[in-house]
Amino acid sequence: MFSLTPEPIDVDAVRAAVSSPRHGAILVFEGVGRDGPADQRVVHLAYEAYEELAVPVMRAIAAEAEERFGAMVAMVHRTGVVGIGEASLVIAVGTPHRGECYEASRYAIEQVKARLPVWKKEMRSDGSEWKANAPAGEPPGR
Amino acid sequence: MHIDVRYYAMLKERRGMDTERVEVPGGTTARALYALLFPEPRVPVQAAVGHAVVSLDTELNDGDEVVFLPPVGGG
Repeated sequence: MFSLTPEPIDVDAVRAAVSSPRHGAILVFEGVGRDGPADQRVVHLAYEAYEELAVPVMRAIAAEAEERFGAMVAMVHRTGVVGIGEASLVIAVGTPHRGECYEASRYAIEQVKARLPVWKKEMRSDGSEWKANAPAGEPPGR
Repeated sequence: MHIDVRYYAMLKERRGMDTERVEVPGGTTARALYALLFPEPRVPVQAAVGHAVVSLDTELNDGDEVVFLPPVGGG
């Protein structure tokens, strides 16, 4: 399962996509809309996606996670308006054992942050701003 | 030659449109097209042609659809 949706993500469906009798470990990662500090309260987030490229990039990340960690990966990203506390992204990972499950989950989210052609606009009480992801290993901006 | 260009996020807002068709000389690269469309200061971009990321030094062909990708913010 690799898709973009303007609707709330069905987390159970993403998890089910990596369920297998071979998998002794499943991790479900949710990226969630987050509020800002008191002087920059976030009203909501708005996501735009380049769908014709985003879905192939999701598939490529999953293929890499399979090759590196033997993991099965599914992911769904929201588009449009996402409220604080709502999932903007769900990544499910299934593997035979727990160790590679954590590694594959971390790999998938870091690759999404770096490569997935999706853009986020923070709609705040004091204005709005397109927010790019910080490179891995660097502290995030506010 | 004509090139169809598609914009997202801050590029779409700055250009004031989702898509447009532009006429450029043969041999124009993705980098040159970006510089033509967006005066300084420019955000760093990648370019996609045919829904695949290509080098900014790629020479464009008549009828190509080019998408400029500003720094991503998904997740």
